[in-house]
This record gives sequence, structure tokens and C-alpha cells, in this order.
Amino acid sequence: MELLVRLILLPPILVAAFNGMMGLFSPAYRKQEWLLGGLALAAVAVPFAVTCMLFFGFEGAEVVRYFTWLQAGDLRVDFAYRIDELSLLMTMIVTGVGSLIHLYSIGYMHGDSGYWRFFAYLNLFIFAMLNLVLAESLPVLFLGWEGVGLCSYLLIGFWYTDLKNSAAANKAFIVNRVGDFAFLLAMFIIFKTVVDAQGGVFGLDFATILRPETLALFAGPTGFWVTVLLLIGATGKSAQIPLFVWLPDAMAGPTPVSALIHAATMVTSGLYLLARLSPLVLNSGALWIIATVGAVTAIMAATVAITQNDIKKVLAYSTVSQLGYMFLAAGVGAFFVAIFHVMTHAFFKACLFLGSGSVIHSMHHVEHELEHKGLIPSHHGGHGTPHDSEAEQNTLRHSPLPYDGPFDAQDMRTMGGLRKFMPFTAITFGISTLAIAGFPLLSGFFSKDEILFRVFEFGQSAHIGYMALWVVGLITAVLTAIYMTRAYLLTFEGSPRWPDAMDTHPHESPWTMTVPLVVLAILATVGGFLGLPAVFGENASWIHGWLVGHGDHLGPVADSLDPLWSAVSPYELEHHVSHGVEWALLGLGAAIALVGIGAAVFFFRFGKRGPEADRKARKVFGLFYTPASHVWGWDQFYNATFVKGTVEGARKVFAPFDKNVVDGGVMGLAGLVRGAAGRLRGLQTGVVQTYALAIVVGVVAVVALVLFV
Amino acid sequence: MADLPGLLSLVIFLPAVGALLVAFLKSVDAVRWASLAVTGATFVLSLGLWLGFDPAVSTAEAPQLATRLPWFGSVDISYFVGIDGLNLLLILLTTLLGPIIVLSSWTYIGKAHRGYYALMLLLETGVLGVFAAFDVFLFYIFFELTLIPMVFIIGIWGGEDRVYAAIKFVIYTLVGSLLMLVGVLWLGFEAGDAVNGGVFTTDWYKLVQFGMPLGLQYAMFGLFALAFAIKVPLFPLHTWLPDAHTQAPTGGSVVLAGVLLKMGTYGLLRFVVPFFPNASAELAMPIAILAVVGIVYGALVAFAQTDVKKLVAYSSVSHLGFVVLGVFAFDTIAVQGSLIQMVNHGLSTGALFLIIGMMYERRHTRAMADYGGIAKTVPVLTFFMLFSVFASAGLPGLNGFVGEFMILIGSWNSPTVGNPLLVAVATTGVIFAAVYLLWMVYRTFFGEVTNEANTTMKDLNGREIGLLVPLAALMLLLGFWPSPFLAQSERAVRSLLETSELKAAAVESAAADEVVVVPVAWPDEVALTPPPAPAPDAAH
Amino acid sequence: MDLTWYLSLSAVLFTIGVLGVLLRRNVIVVFLSIELMLNAVNLTLVAFSQAFGDVDGQILVFFVMSVAAAEAAVGLAIVIAMFRNKLTINVDELRLFRG
Repeated sequence: MELLVRLILLPPILVAAFNGMMGLFSPAYRKQEWLLGGLALAAVAVPFAVTCMLFFGFEGAEVVRYFTWLQAGDLRVDFAYRIDELSLLMTMIVTGVGSLIHLYSIGYMHGDSGYWRFFAYLNLFIFAMLNLVLAESLPVLFLGWEGVGLCSYLLIGFWYTDLKNSAAANKAFIVNRVGDFAFLLAMFIIFKTVVDAQGGVFGLDFATILRPETLALFAGPTGFWVTVLLLIGATGKSAQIPLFVWLPDAMAGPTPVSALIHAATMVTSGLYLLARLSPLVLNSGALWIIATVGAVTAIMAATVAITQNDIKKVLAYSTVSQLGYMFLAAGVGAFFVAIFHVMTHAFFKACLFLGSGSVIHSMHHVEHELEHKGLIPSHHGGHGTPHDSEAEQNTLRHSPLPYDGPFDAQDMRTMGGLRKFMPFTAITFGISTLAIAGFPLLSGFFSKDEILFRVFEFGQSAHIGYMALWVVGLITAVLTAIYMTRAYLLTFEGSPRWPDAMDTHPHESPWTMTVPLVVLAILATVGGFLGLPAVFGENASWIHGWLVGHGDHLGPVADSLDPLWSAVSPYELEHHVSHGVEWALLGLGAAIALVGIGAAVFFFRFGKRGPEADRKARKVFGLFYTPASHVWGWDQFYNATFVKGTVEGARKVFAPFDKNVVDGGVMGLAGLVRGAAGRLRGLQTGVVQTYALAIVVGVVAVVALVLFV
Repeated sequence: MADLPGLLSLVIFLPAVGALLVAFLKSVDAVRWASLAVTGATFVLSLGLWLGFDPAVSTAEAPQLATRLPWFGSVDISYFVGIDGLNLLLILLTTLLGPIIVLSSWTYIGKAHRGYYALMLLLETGVLGVFAAFDVFLFYIFFELTLIPMVFIIGIWGGEDRVYAAIKFVIYTLVGSLLMLVGVLWLGFEAGDAVNGGVFTTDWYKLVQFGMPLGLQYAMFGLFALAFAIKVPLFPLHTWLPDAHTQAPTGGSVVLAGVLLKMGTYGLLRFVVPFFPNASAELAMPIAILAVVGIVYGALVAFAQTDVKKLVAYSSVSHLGFVVLGVFAFDTIAVQGSLIQMVNHGLSTGALFLIIGMMYERRHTRAMADYGGIAKTVPVLTFFMLFSVFASAGLPGLNGFVGEFMILIGSWNSPTVGNPLLVAVATTGVIFAAVYLLWMVYRTFFGEVTNEANTTMKDLNGREIGLLVPLAALMLLLGFWPSPFLAQSERAVRSLLETSELKAAAVESAAADEVVVVPVAWPDEVALTPPPAPAPDAAH
Repeated sequence: MDLTWYLSLSAVLFTIGVLGVLLRRNVIVVFLSIELMLNAVNLTLVAFSQAFGDVDGQILVFFVMSVAAAEAAVGLAIVIAMFRNKLTINVDELRLFRG
């Protein structure tokens, strides 16, 4: 086991170091794309194979311990890793989807001058992510947590010659740091509580935290605050209100990065954290906060996604919205459903992002061709990020594009009709669209339906207020179907809208890019059968049995309504919802998806109507459409308050204060001494006889004192 | 372990001898190579200290590899140097930075080479003496000895405002240290009367046993803590630092950030806490508040800087706030964190100053606005910069996190400074650190190359890479595997805190003006924490 | 003989010397006045030595005389150097140490 975990963790970091160092110092090595990419792919594929081995031969949870990281006083943190149902599932997702995306990147990044950097960062990311999901203690998890943040920073700002990308990277890292701050505080509270109560050496390890007697310590307000702080940490990493603002900007990174980090893996780590500590969270009394955050985020992001024209932005807001669903699930104590949705989402969203990458890739060829023909002005900016100098913008206002502004390979308004040119991409994108929209029997249908069902059930058995969240979830489901169908139609259906469309054609991407698409599309189709709803039988849901446990086997993830977890769960245990109602809800879910898809298809006349349909929507729903297209003012709000507060405060208050008051005080003291000296210097006349007189007077005075006093 | 009593003194004085040698050399090359050889030899010899040090022996039993020679006949002042868990790592950090500083000055220093290298070597002796001294008077002499070379290094080889900065530096620190001299003498007489049969004494061990009445403790605390607080520097006594850092040549900045500031925090830990435990505990909260204000304040002011060196200088104010917080937490984890954080800050901020020096050597400017986009022209430099930036920002896996995490988690548990609000504010330092450091990287390294002069900037040469690699390697090592380093100080820190508590309790229970003698009864039975058996069934 | 006469003479000489040092502007005269003060002291020493029958006082006088000679040599050398630089030996005009 020790060796196997080593085989999971070490290849990514070793290859990252090798590719990074060789690339940094040897320009010749940078050109060996196949060697570089192959090594990087192997570094993820090997852990995937090992994980599969462990997964299929799984016999029980095990903790593997290597060496001590931190040790002082009562604190002792080991590099220890936990192999259990939850971590194995997550590792499968990370390395499996990771392998596919590495393969895809070999084609996508071809010819980029930063090829070596890209793969070094990507492997480093895999290492950090594996640390995160396999960690046995909170500090090691935090190591991975911040490590993925670092890689996210490096990859968002990958094309650093464009300052916008670097700014997005900074934003991502700093917003995440806000969450990390809360995470750190949560760790401090847990440490103090446990050490004060139990004494002895403690390393914030899950084995101790999740012991029943330890959990009892967190039943009161302590547990509430710990959970709230962890939730803030999770909202940072998993892009929930109030810290979601970095994720849409993070789309500045290369598309495979968006797929891997900002859709499939890193952003789910907040969920993973909550699921890992689910027995604590379940009992904390803070569930309603989690559920509310999730539901509000889900619907907010869904409304924004409808209004976006950048294909990656649509997917980004869609990710935020789907993550909201997962939080909603966690907020009703159905952590396993959240993880189920993490998995299905990883499949279809990775597929969607990679598909969009494929589209962008070919639209770049169109762009180059158009530049070559002189139909649009050429730019010298970074990869896919046009210059926006004012002069250039002005010339572009006369470009034959369906909107103002420069040609943008990511803008859906220049696309249309791509299905003819890129059949694989179109089909896989279409399947994933149906999956995320909740088309019956595809993966998203099962996971989303299970979430809504659990919210409904929790509303029935725990608190009626959850029914409102259930309604929010239903509306979000309709919106999801609409915006994803819209994205598909605008991109692939109808007729091409880029200039010179008759003679300038995009091409299907190479096999390294289409193979991952196909594999992911297949997974997106069948993945849902791992979590069949209970109407199909008592143990129909494999993932429930795997994560929560069945019979008398207890899994790692708590469930508010499962009798197995009655020792932890403060909620009533009977299932209040009959099979009949459950069937009805399934039907409702299917109907909603179909209605949403149908509405979008009708509205866009199956792609025949392009951006003009959006303008129509803007006219009709202006009251909602305009604020939604501005992301409900979140960014403006943060810029006006925190960002401006810090920047202006630092520049206009603190720096002058330091210069004038603190240093001014010191210099004032120096000036005081100087001033006093200026007065006293008058005594020093320079005339020797004055000094002599002073001596004489002094002597006389002393003698007088001696004689007469 | 082999007992090599002379080794420590050799390490301390070898650079001084080297300084004499260097002063008589003619050619510039000979001066450089001789300095490199001397500092290199010092480093190699100091590794012997690590090998000879036994972490299981607490400070109480004896400082290790110690030398104790009587100095003045009539009073109890001696040349008393030794190694214990508190100073071992700092001494090694100093000797490690020695050759690195010499190498970094290789082409940077353009005039009066002999003087520069001789002063640098003399400075190294001073710093080593400060860390190794077990006699307060000896400590004071070394403490002042570091001042003189540094003043000249800033004042002669510094930037455009060098004389202003040098004078500010010398006056600021002298005010503190002269008050400390008063404290040393006063304490020596009082302790002599109380515990040494009327003979003036500055022996560390005797002073530790001297449980002085509360009033005296407060007075002494004021005299000593002020000197160290200026050196650290603690908010609001920090304004000499940005000037000194900005004006000093690279080597000076590195030694200043790397080790000189640590003399302040080290002094607090070595002298103030065990000598005046009651006063320290009582005044821990005000000091901790200043430290935490410094953390946030330093970060915000750093963010407003346009001069990259000044930015890093203010970041030192912020980072050392953490160290002071930890020192006054009276908690093993926090104090251990402080010790390791001193080393960490020396490594990462030292590296930052080295890299900025390399940039300055190429472009002769420190203004961030003059750079921009240089990641493209100097990728290797950028790599090392990012590495050091993230180490400095406390990214787990690199060294900065280890210290900060331990300080904060220890302070949260601390009996003296364990106020959740205070520690929470301190923790915001991790956000701000990311803000100003990433802002600096953003402005300096990313974007298009806009300034023509930057297009021809040369990347690092072999010498420069060679001097950064050991620092980077140590940052990584301390980030992933700090436990061997922590183990060196575990026993020393524990016994220090236990003695302080013992003494504090004894003074507490004594009558108002009574002098208590607390025999150094460091509990010997305290063993190193045994590793817990690996939990066989961790699941359920 | 009565000691009083010697001491009175000495006091008078000393006072003249002091006034000379304080009031005269010529450096040479100031010097002479200093010599006068020294000799006044010498006179006291010799007088006491004679009165108490102890030679210590006389030995001290020899020291004072030799020191005075050395002082005069050095002092005059300085005066000459100053005159060369400033072309004056008026103490009012030699105020380099004015603060």
C-alpha cells in the first residue's frame, strides 16, 4: 500500500520538476513536444492505473504514513494519506479526467512557446490535487488546497504577456486566500478545542476529528463556527457566493485548464472538504447556510449564464451554478449526492470545456486565415487575447462582424453552423449539453434529480423552509436547460456568422483532442447509472452504498436521512416521501429539462435565429437581463468597496501616515534635538577668554561652596 | 558527541581574521576569492556545530560546545559562548549567508573592494557573536560591533541617499542599545547583590536564576525590550528599516534582512522572556497588539510602494510581526514557529533582496514602473523570484507557511496573547501578503515588455544561479521537511518556557520587594515527544 | 618670617595673572599671564615647603617649571602657526570653535 500511494503521488511531482527544470534551462528540450507531453501524460496515467487497482481491489479504509511534517508541542502533523471510498472516488476522477485532459492538451497546446511550462504546471496541479483528496489531516489537505490555488494562479496567468490574464490570476489567488484565511481559523479552532478537551499530541487528522467523542465537542456553537469558517473556505475554492467572482475571470487561462481545474477538479474541492467532514458538518446547525448559499448561487449564476456571449464565460457561470447545486445537496445533508454530482459534472463539464476548446482552436485558424486575407486587422497579442488599444478598437468598429469590437475566437456571435465542420466536437458537445440540461437517462438527469429529490425530502422531514430552496432549484434547472441549449445552438447550428464564411472554413481538431471528447461524452451518457434513485430498488444507487454505506458497513460520508448515521444525524430518520411521489418528481425533473430545451430550441428556431434572439430577449426581459449580464453588480461592488478600500487606503492613508506621522514623529524628534542644539550653540562663542572666565567663575563658586557652605 | 570547545570560537572569529587578511590584499580578485574562501570555510566549520550538537541536552545542563574564559578579574564578566537549540539554526543561517553575500557582491560592488569585504567579514563575526554569547555583556559588545560595519556599508556603498539612511540607522539603533547598556549594568549589579555574593555578574545562567521583584522587572523589560523592538523592528519603531534597506547595497540588505533583524527577536527570546517572565507575560498583550498592527500595517504600506526594494522592506515589518507575536505567546508551538520563522524569513527575504539586487545591477533602477514584462526576457530570474515570493507569502510546501502556521496556531492557544480576534487579525496577514507580493510580480514581470531597455536584459549567469539554488533548495526542504530543524530547538524551547513559568510563579508568590532565587531546575525528565504509534485502524 | 606675606604676594600675582588671561587680547600676553599664575603657585609651594620643612613642595616646583617650559614651547609653536595662517594673534579674531 505504501508503495502504491507513492506511485500515485510521486510521478506527477517528479515529472513536473523534470519538465520544469529541463524546460527552464534547456531551450532545446522545450521543442521536444511529444517527449514532454508524453511524460506528463504518463505521470497522470500511472496514478490513474494504480488508483483503478486500489479501487477494484478495495478492502477497507487504510491510512498510509510517511514522515513528520510539523512537530512542536502538542502539534504533530504527518504526511499521511487516507485511502477510502471517498478519496478513491475523487482520485479516480482527478487522475482519470486529468489523463484525458493531458492527452487533449498535447494537441491543443501544440506550438505554444510555453508548452513546457504548461505541462509542468499541469502536473504540479495534479500532485497538489492528489494531496488534497488523499490527505489524512487538515494541514496536508491545506497543502494541496493552496497548491491547487498556486497552479490555478500560474495557469490562469499562463499567457502573461497580456496583463489582463495576470490580473485575473491575481484575482483568483487573492480571492482564494480570503477563503484560506477562514480555513486557517477553522483549523485553529478545531486544534484548540480538541487539545483542550483531550490533551495529548494532535495533528488535525481526520481519524481523531471524526471519532465520536471528538465530534461531541463540536455539537454546540464551536461546531457551528467551524462549519461556517470551513464553508467560507469552500466558497472560495468552489466559487460560491460571496467569493465566486474569480472563476469567470479565470477563463483567461488555456481551455484545458478551464476544463480540468476550473470545472472538473479544483473547484469541487470545497465540496470534498465538506463531505470529508460531513459528520461534523451535519451536526453543526449550519446546514441551512450551506443550502442557502448553494441555492442562491445556483440561480444567480444561471441567470448570468443566459446573457453571456463568450462561450467559456457561459460554461464558467454554468460551473458556478452547478457547484451551487452541489452545495444545495450538501446543505440538506446529502453529501453523497453532492459527490455524485461532482462526478457527473466532471464528465459533462470537462467535455463541454474541451469541446469549447476545440471550437476555439479551430476559430483561431479562421482568425489567422482572415488576418492573412486582410479581412480583419492582425494583432500581436498573446494567444487568443486580442489587443484592446483604443486605436485598434476604432478600426475594428468597421469590421464585418455581427457586433462591435475585435474578432474574438471565443465569441459565440461569430460562430454558428460549426456542426458541419466539426462533427465530433458537435456531437459530444451536444450530448453533454443534454446531460447537463437533465435530459432523461443521461448522467446529469440522475444526479440533479437526486439533489432536487433530497431537498424536497429534507423539506418534508426537517424544515419546511427548504421547500423554497427546492423551488429555486427547479427554476435553476429550467434555466440550465435554456442557457446550455442556447450555447449549443449558437455555436453549432444555423449558418456561419464569421466574415467570409463561404471560403474560410474551420477544421475538426486532431485525434488527441477528439478522443478525450468521445470518452467523456460516453461517460457523461452512462455515468448517471452509478446513482440510480431509490425507486429502482433499495440498493440501486451504487454511489450511496459506496460512500454512505449499507447493511452495517459505514462509509466515510454522512447522510442526514440514512439510519446508518442516526448516531450523528440530528434529523428524523423516516423517509417521508413515498415511491409514488418520487416517481412524480422524476417525471417532473424530466419534464422541466424537456421544457427548457424545447423553449430554447423554439426561441432560437433551432439555431436559425442567432444573436438577434438575444437582443429580443434583452428587450423583453430587460429588467432582469441587464443586471444579469453585469453579473448582478458583484464585481462593481467588490471593486468599489474592498479593492478600492485597500488600494486607496494603502496609498492615501497608510503610506502617507507612515511617512508623515510615524517617520515624521521620528524626524520631529531629530528636529527637536537639532533645534535645542541651535539654541545651546550660542554658548560656544569660540572666544577662549570666555571659556577661561567660565572656569574662573566655576573655581570661585566651588571654593566658595567648600569654604562657606 | 565529540567535544570541540574551540570550534565555536573558531567559527566566530575566523571571519574577523579574514577581515584583517583581506585588508592587506592588493588585487580585487584576491580580495574576492579570499573573502569567499573565508566565509566558505566558516560555513563548513559551522556544519560541525550541527553535527556536534545534541538536541536531547537542554540548555539548562550546559550550552554545548561552549567556551568560558574569565575576562575581567574583579567582576563576573566572561567570554562565554555556546550552542543551544535557540541559536544553532541562526548561527548556521549566518554562516550560510556569508558566502552567498560575498558572491552576490562580486560585481555589484564597484569601489573600495577591500573595505567592503573586510567590513562584511567583520560584520559576520559580530552577528555570530551575538547569537553565540551566553554573557549579556559580551552580547552587548557583539551587538554594537554589528552596528559599525553596517553603517559604513550603507554609508559608503549605498544608493543616492546613503548617508541619510546610515545616520538614521545608527542613531535609531544606538538609542535603543545604549539604553540596553544601562539595563545590562543595572541588572548586573542587582543580580550580583542578589545571587552572586555582591560581585557584578552578567552570566546568563545566573541572571536566569535571579527572580527579581516586579518593579525592577518592568524597568528592565522597558530597557531591554526597547532596544530589541527597534532592531526587529516593531511598529511604530520601524521607519529606519525601509531607508536602510533601500539605500544599502545588495549584500547589506541581505545581511540586514537575513540576520541583523533576527538579533532583535532572538534577544527578546533569549533574554527578555526568561529574565523578566512576569513583566513579559503581563506586557505580552500590548506588545502582541503592536506586532499584529505591524503585520497588517506593514503589508498595507508595502502595497503602496513604487520602489520594489522598499516594498520588500515593509514586508519584513509585516513578517517579523509574526515572529514577535510568537515569541510572546508563551506556547511551545508558537515559540518554535517563531524560531523557524526567523530562519525562513532570512532565506526568503534574503533571496528576494538578492534577486532585486540582480535586477538593479542590470537596469540600475528600483522603480517597478521601469520594469514590466521582464518574465519574457529573464525567465530564470522570474522563476526564482516567483519561488521566493510564494515562499514569502506563506504557501504551504515552502518554508514561510511552516513558521506562520505554527505561530498562529500556537498563539490561538496561548495563555498570554490567545485572543481570537487578535490572532484572526494577524491571520489576515496571509491575505495581504499575497496582495502586495503578487501586485509586485504583476507590475514587474508580467505584461508586454514596454520599456526598450528591458528587451536586452540578460538572464542570470552561473554565479547568480549558484547562489540562489541553495536558498531555494532550503526553502523547499524547510517547507516539506522541517521536522529535523524543529527537533533541534524542541528541548531548548520547552525548557526555556518551563523555567520562565517556574520563575514567574516564584516571583508571583514572593513578597513585593523580595528577591527570589530560582535554581535552574529545568525539568530533565521532559523527553522529546515520542512518535505516536501509527494508528492501525484510522477509518472507524 | 610670617607665611602671610608670601601668600599675599602669591595671591596678588595670581590675580594679576587671571585678569591678564581674561582681559588681554594678545595671545603672547595671555601666555605671559599664564606663566605668572604658574609662578604664583610655585611661590606658594616653596613658601609652604620652607615653612613645614618638607622638600616635596620644592620638587613639585621643578615639575611645574619643566611642564611650563614644555607648554610654552608647544604653545608658542601653535601661536606661530596661527599667525602664519591668520596673520593675527588677537584672540578675538581666532574663533574657529564658535558653535
